[in-house]
This record gives sequence, C-alpha cells and structure tokens, in this order.
Amino acid sequence: MIRIDAKGKNFRQLNGEIRSARDPEIEVENCLGQRYIGAGMSGKSLLLRGVPGNALGCYLDGGAIRVRGNAQDQTGDTMNAGAIVVEGSSGDATGYSMRGGKIFVRDDAGYRVGIHMKAYRDQQPLIVVGGAAGSFLGEYQAGGTIVVLGLRSGGKAPVGNLCCAGMHGGRMILRCRRLPADLPAQVAAAPATAEEIAGIGGVLDEFCACFGIPKRTVMEEPFFVLKPNTKNPYRALYTFN
Amino acid sequence: MGIHDTIQEYEVVRDPARCTVCRACERQCANGVHTYDAAAGKMRSDAAKCVNCHRCVVFCPERALKIVKNDDTYRLNAQWSNEAIDEIYRQAETGGMLLSSMGCPKPYPVYWDRMLLNASQVTNPSIDPLREPMETRTFLGKKPDRIERTPDGRIRTDNLPPQLVLDVPILFSAMSYGAISYNAHECLARAAGELGTYYNTGEGGLHENLYRYGPNTIVQVASGRFGVHKKYLEAGAAIEIKIGQGAKPGIGGHLPGAKIVGDISRTRMIPEGSDAISPAPHHDIYSIEDLRQLVYSLKEATEYRKPIIVKIAAVHNVAAIASGIARSGADIIAIDGFRAGTGAAPTRIRDNVGIPIELALAAVDERLRQEKIRSRVSLIAGGSIRSSADVVKAIALGADAVYIGTAALLALGCHLCRACQAGRCNWGIATQRPDLVRRLDPEAGTRSLVNLVSAWKHEIMEMMGGMGINSIEALRGNRLMLRGVGLNDRELRVLGIKHAGE
Repeated sequence: MIRIDAKGKNFRQLNGEIRSARDPEIEVENCLGQRYIGAGMSGKSLLLRGVPGNALGCYLDGGAIRVRGNAQDQTGDTMNAGAIVVEGSSGDATGYSMRGGKIFVRDDAGYRVGIHMKAYRDQQPLIVVGGAAGSFLGEYQAGGTIVVLGLRSGGKAPVGNLCCAGMHGGRMILRCRRLPADLPAQVAAAPATAEEIAGIGGVLDEFCACFGIPKRTVMEEPFFVLKPNTKNPYRALYTFN
Repeated sequence: MGIHDTIQEYEVVRDPARCTVCRACERQCANGVHTYDAAAGKMRSDAAKCVNCHRCVVFCPERALKIVKNDDTYRLNAQWSNEAIDEIYRQAETGGMLLSSMGCPKPYPVYWDRMLLNASQVTNPSIDPLREPMETRTFLGKKPDRIERTPDGRIRTDNLPPQLVLDVPILFSAMSYGAISYNAHECLARAAGELGTYYNTGEGGLHENLYRYGPNTIVQVASGRFGVHKKYLEAGAAIEIKIGQGAKPGIGGHLPGAKIVGDISRTRMIPEGSDAISPAPHHDIYSIEDLRQLVYSLKEATEYRKPIIVKIAAVHNVAAIASGIARSGADIIAIDGFRAGTGAAPTRIRDNVGIPIELALAAVDERLRQEKIRSRVSLIAGGSIRSSADVVKAIALGADAVYIGTAALLALGCHLCRACQAGRCNWGIATQRPDLVRRLDPEAGTRSLVNLVSAWKHEIMEMMGGMGINSIEALRGNRLMLRGVGLNDRELRVLGIKHAGE
C-alpha cells in the first residue's frame, strides 16, 4: 500500500502520481476538490480521504474507489467496469452514462442520477443510493439497475421531480410506500414481487455489508419496481419527407 | 388513394425500343420501383416509390431508363409551392415531425460562390507546383504562445501539445457506423490512411475490426456516449466532443431500434432493437467551465497524449462560443455550417436553424485574433465544402483545415437522393442491409476517395501557386487573397474581405 498526500496538489499532479504509483493499493489523504481522480483507471484500488472533485472515476475500467467522505458531481461518468463506494453523499449526474460496474452511495445523491445509464450483455451497471436522490432520477435510462432506498425518507418516495423522464430500458427499484405522482406514461410501476425482492437480495446484502447497515432495517419498507413499457419511445414521432 | 396523397415527385421513363427486359433494374432497386409483368412480358414501374437515386439508370445495360421530374402540379402559387402543400398533407395524415436527410437543399445564398481568389501577375511571380516544392502539410492543435529555447540556444520542440498531422488540409467528417455502413467506414478509414489524414467515427462507436486504423481515426464522444470506453478513447489519434452538428443544431438524435442490429448493437454497446437516443445537450455541460471539465476528463483518461476537438454547429453567437471553447482547454474547434449533411434530421431544423459556415468561420477567426487566442486552437470548417476551391477559400477565411462529408459520400457513389432515413440506400452507403452494403466495394471505394482528395490536393497547390504562395500556412487567414462579388457592405464586413475591384 502506498500513501499519497493530496494537500496543495492540483488534479494533474495528483492524478499523475496515482497513475504512476507502482503499488495497486493506494491511499490518498487530504483530497480537496481534485477532479478526475481515477480517470480511466483499471487494476488499482483507491481509498480517498477528504472530498474528491467532480468526475471521480470517469471512464473507470475496473478496480475500486472508496471515498471516506462525500463525492461531487459526475461521479463514475461513462464508467465501464469497477466499483465506486461513497461513505457519504454524491452530487449531480452520479453514474452519468455508466455501462458497467457499480456505484454505492451511503447517503443522498443529487439530480440526474443514472442519467442515460445503459447495459450491454454482461455489462449490467448498478447504482444503489442509501438515502434519497434528486430530480430527474434515471433520465433517459436505457439499461442497468438503479436502487434508491430512502433509509431516512420515512416511506416517502425518495426521489425529486420527473423521475424516469425518457426512461427506455433497465429498471429502477424504489423503497417506499407510495410511488412518485409524476411518473411518465411510458413507465410501468408495480410493487416488487417476492421473486424480484429475492433477486435484489444479493445487492442489498452487499450494500448493507459495505456500510454496516442492518439489512433488517432495509426490509422494513416495501419496494416498487419501475420499468419502461417501450424501448422505442419515439417511434411515432416522425414522418419521412 | 386518399385526400392526403402527395404528388409523386419523379417519373420513370423507360425507352421500350431499348429495354430488353433483362430485369437488372428490378434487382438493383431496394425501393421496389421496378417489377416484371410476366403476363405482358414487360417491365412495370411504380414511380411513387422512386427516390431518384439513379441506381437503375446507371445499371441499365441498355441505357433504357431515365428519371424525370414529374410535371403533375397543383394550381401554381408563389406562396404555396407544391412542396409546401405536400408537407402539410404528410403531417395531416400522420401527425409526425417531418424527417429529412442530407444537407439543406433550399436556395439560401452560397457565399463560396460570391468570393473570388487572387492570382499573381507581374509583380509577384506565381509558382509552378509541378516543379517547385509546395507545402500542404498541416498541424492541428494548440501552438505554444512563444518560442522557447534550451540552455544551448536551440528551439525547444519537446514542449508541443499533441498535434494531428495532415498531409492535406482535408479530413473526413463524423458519420457514425449506423448512419452509414461498415463498408463505407472501412473506405473512409483506409483512404484516410493512404492520404495521410483522418476520418471520424461519429457517435456510434468504433467497430472492432477498424481499431487497426486508429492512427488515422478521430473518435467521437457525444451526449449518448455510445461505445465510449477507455480502449476506444485510446484507439484514435484525437477525441472529438460533439456538442452540435450543422444539420440539426440544438437537438439530439435518435437512431431507431430497428437499425440497432448485429454489429451496430455491438459497436454502440446497447441491446438490439433498443432506440439509441442522443440527448440534445450533454447533461454535464451547462457552461464553458463544464465543457472544460469534459475536455480535461478526456485528457486525463488519455494522459494528455491526444488533442481534443470540440465540434459545434454554426449558430448566431458562434464567435463568442468559440472564444469560450478556445479557453476551455480544447485543442481544436470544428465548426459545422447549416448546410451540413445528416443521416436524418427534422426538416424544419435542417432548413431553418444555424448560419452559413462562410460567415461563421470568418467571424470566429476574427474574434479569436482580436482576443489574441487564435494560436490556442486550430479551426476545422465543415458543412458544404464541395470542391478544392471551397477548401482554398475556407483556409483564406481562417480555417486550418476542412471536414468533408457529403463530398466523400458522393465519391463513394452517393447520388444525393436524400432518402438516407429510409435505410434502403441502393449504393450501399446509408444502409445496414447486408445485400445492399455488399454493393459498396471497400477496395474501389477507397480508391475513389483517394482519387478525389488527391485531385483536390493538386488543385489546391495550383491555386496556391497561382497566388505566389508555397505553403498552406501563408494562405491561412490571408483574406487579401479573397474578393467579394455581389455582396453588400455588411456581408463584406463580416467576411472581412474587400469587394472585387477594390
């Protein structure tokens, strides 16, 4: 394990040191807004203390990033594989266009989480948010799974406005007693079946173990599964001229 | 038959004296225009299905066919053209947005045709490029602000940001695999390699077989991020962030699920049959600061080894936008004029949004010079470059290089029928139907592209030589080499050129 002190370093210097570190186990201390940490990384494991900047783990292609603190915007932008764990909250557009790997956020996440997330064959991306997410959750979602647990939402839908806008693939799982009132017409939502709850059991186990949350607490509220009812939402939009 | 039936645009004229009923036309037409009437022993044509792509005309061994404009007409009306009426019928029937393809065909002014080039007479000898050296090599990328020297006095060359090196200032513009066929992509990739230039993947990812052409490839990152991953970013010589395109500024794109099949699905990395939706904006870019973030995230992911291009459509405030992009850390700005081609765009957007590339380019070059940041970026102009003369004029207006798309497709056999959106391109270009794609021979197509650009290169050198210029750098932004004809004062001012005779 190698230790890097981020204090006073700009992103280019810090990321250069992380890239050139020979040891695949890296601990970075005193992160303070440095962007692009772990950009395109694979085969390394980062433990970050402090607050990393925007685009943490963008194009991540394997390996693992764990943040002891909050993350900012575009965490895991276009990530392809690997894992990002945030022991706190993450900002807007978390998991933007991610195609593989997983992002676990212990607390809340900002607007447009999982926007344009997509899946392909064995690449099935996953985002789990322990708290609540902001508006436009799963906008244009085309694949993968977004789970929002709302552990401090008291059973209310743990999302903001316009959840699932433009969703045309994948699925979303919300832990709440009542669905958001403004779901778009192209989304079909239903209480999770026993089979579906069993299906996410492994994910919940992993999330709970990751943050030391008792699984029993998580299972105290019901779950809803939201899926698009078409993968071609704009078929009737055009006429050939 | 219905009240919204439109006028059939063309008539198929068959010379019965020449037709031998060989049925070649029937085999060539994917639109099903030609059929064989066994009872009559004759060929029949349903011209309503004809898009005028000329495939049957070219492949008729007896030259028995021609396509003519149908002279059927509604009552003539200068305000309500047949076209305007038919478009209303189409929309009344379907409720859909009108969808077109290729560049805007409307008669807006073409400024290339209102500018004339200079030549030397007496005082400054012209140069014969057949005998004398003529430099067309172009470097695209950020240039250092000043010359730095090593302690022993030599000029430092190890401090240059990454550059694209072009033997000729012409690149093939972004056309995605999906919009065009695999064979078309292979032709562009191979020709770029032979010509010492670059082609652009567009936003559909890079087919695994084409990674070997990486040194001549620009990989695109658009709002949908299709097929974008570390290996893809590293495969190309440069990365282009697509903010907008000239044919449809301000809107995104939808490649319908029906076209997401087989290798298209694999290359875009989305499931078969699922719509590929490119959102209109990048949802992480709301400002120049945000753009800077995407630029630097790509630089970080590729360790600062590749120039980053930002492509925008030419719109009203293009000069101010380009100034922001130049400050975002981008190495190259590509500007796409409103006449640029497309595989599919809403007709109203294509024909009414954006501004001509000539004016946009002149305004951007001038603005960057005024702000003393012109050397921070290179400029690529695209969207209606039709000939080597347009290339020379673009460079004289301030471009470092040009993108060609439509001209390249024409070289591959496109006949500009503007029906790409239907996916039944008889020339094997804008289609994914294997039987049609096979019609485009990668070997022959590559040859045609190399021929075209080589011919243009010779013409560019002849025009430069005529002006007494032996290096493309001396032509760049050299607006004294241009004169306007029939332009008003305001147009001349925006173009930054004098009128002919001045």
